[in-house]
Amino acid sequence: MKYQTQKIAFAYFIVAMALFAVQVTVGLVLGWIYVDGNFLAELIPFNIARMLHTNSLVVWLLLGFFGAAYFLVPEESEREIHSEKLAYLQLLILVIGTAGVVVTYLFDIAQGNFLFGKEGREFIEQPKWVKAGIVVAALIFLYNISMTVLKGKKTAITNILLLGLWGIAILFLFSFYNPANLALDKMYWWYIVHLWVEGTWELVMASILAFLMLKLTGVDREVVEKWLYVLAALALFSGILGTGHHYFWIGTPGYWQWIGSIFSSLEVVPFFGMMAFAFVMVWKGRRDHPNKAALLWSLGCATLAFFGAGVWGFLHTLHGVNFYTHGTQITAAHGHLAFFGAYVALNLAIISYAMPILRGRDPYNQVLNMGSFWLMAGGMTFMTFTLTFAGTVQTHLQRVNGEGFMDVQDQLWIFYVMRFGTGIAVVLGAVLFIYAVLRPRKELIEAGVSGTPAE
Amino acid sequence: MSEQTAPQGIDALPGDLMMWVLIVSELLVFGAGLAAFMAVRVTDPVGFAEAQGHLNATAAGINTVVLVTSGWFAALALRCSETGQIGRARGLLGAAMVLGLVFLVVKWLEYVAKSELGITFETHDFFLFYYMLTGFHAMHVIAGIVILALVAWKISPRNTEVGAAFWHMVDLVWVLLFPIIYLL
Repeated sequence: MKYQTQKIAFAYFIVAMALFAVQVTVGLVLGWIYVDGNFLAELIPFNIARMLHTNSLVVWLLLGFFGAAYFLVPEESEREIHSEKLAYLQLLILVIGTAGVVVTYLFDIAQGNFLFGKEGREFIEQPKWVKAGIVVAALIFLYNISMTVLKGKKTAITNILLLGLWGIAILFLFSFYNPANLALDKMYWWYIVHLWVEGTWELVMASILAFLMLKLTGVDREVVEKWLYVLAALALFSGILGTGHHYFWIGTPGYWQWIGSIFSSLEVVPFFGMMAFAFVMVWKGRRDHPNKAALLWSLGCATLAFFGAGVWGFLHTLHGVNFYTHGTQITAAHGHLAFFGAYVALNLAIISYAMPILRGRDPYNQVLNMGSFWLMAGGMTFMTFTLTFAGTVQTHLQRVNGEGFMDVQDQLWIFYVMRFGTGIAVVLGAVLFIYAVLRPRKELIEAGVSGTPAE
Repeated sequence: MSEQTAPQGIDALPGDLMMWVLIVSELLVFGAGLAAFMAVRVTDPVGFAEAQGHLNATAAGINTVVLVTSGWFAALALRCSETGQIGRARGLLGAAMVLGLVFLVVKWLEYVAKSELGITFETHDFFLFYYMLTGFHAMHVIAGIVILALVAWKISPRNTEVGAAFWHMVDLVWVLLFPIIYLL
């Protein structure tokens, strides 16, 4: 650790991983609700559990991004973070806000209250006071990081990272605008939901990936930066108008069907680019970095993001196809592999890379960490296949044959049982990962040394 | 970059790599749009032919000459910029921009005439594509004029090359749109 304030990242990563554990546990509960529809129906209704699953995902990924920024910006800018206190204050606000959302929803307190009541808009369900807290935390973060970068060295990695992070914060402001007209509501809603994951988050992803490639492969910064700018340009070119693929059936004019189909088809390009980037860097790289787990997660991230976000996204993005598949299990299949590949794996990659450095140790528990990669990636891939087949059957029975929704769900039961199995693998993988990065080790285990169990 | 050997691969491209990324992306988008247009036309050849009859092919033909001439001026501007004739280069860029404006005026008159006939993008699939593709192209003409203005302001051989590359792309797209939408 070259800079003392990089330590801030440790706190962020810990909270992020705690929420990750919560997220996948709730995911497992949801998986069982699909198998047995009345499971916990009185205690945690499906919609509340579903909200917890997606919101804790978004929050922990963001905490991971913040942690990554606090870790890599000092190294890139070659100076300490502007204010350590503010960084911890920001984390505290986010933790209180997250707890506030959970309590508000689980016990339905302050129902209907303008400031404290639940808002019930998917992904932006937070009560107003939490939304305000998020904005304050975002302002603190942007001030802190921007001041650090402005006073220090400016690199392509910090430029693109800041562009992405500023975009995330500015787009979140649309969550305060809630038109009574449902079509308009949805239109602005996608400004956040789509332009985050298919725009600004991709910039964050590309810059963190670039940082990891720079460190892990030892390829010249000049080469990495050229790739990074191209990837950022491709992401924005395809992603911004790609928003149109959410405007097919919400009451917006018909030309969105073509704009959405054409531009969102191109969204596969930046994801292919990131995969090509990661592999080319590793092939060209001369450095044999000891942190193999971080490298595995980086390559896994780029590859699974290409398949989850790119290929599975394209699968149902053309409006002629989406007319039939919209909102079926095909969407769930895409959502799971895209989020896992692009953003979960990215966070786990930077955590795998940063943790040994933050704790002042050599990379350790590599075998466990890599095992957790294969458990999670394998589980998630199998889950994606299961849900894709479920979605295909569902599309035919429900949308082509016109059978009732619940009748079709009964027929999908076997797929949901298999999906629950894959969920167990993912949860085990997550627990294993957290154990592998946190379990203190006294000595480094070297591969091939006999007598030492290579756990 | 600092090596003395002749540049290879993507480094051999004139101008800026980012401009070529943009140009290829634009060509993909317009190519996909035209492919979709032709595919939908197959489903309704009579309706498309009937709708096409309402277009003003003469105005579009004039616009083709205007835009290609404008591209020629941009190419001449690059040559002047490379030989250090800054004033002349700026004049030629100005001429290219003026012709770009002429293109937009003709385009505008075309849209006004359509609108007076009560034709909107909802009238027929043909007009959906007509408005979408030519409108999208017109936005690129506006962007191109802005880029040429910036190039004229901060003139250098490299900037002129990058600006002219974008302008030629706008040219090229029109030369593809014109026959497919207005004539075929």
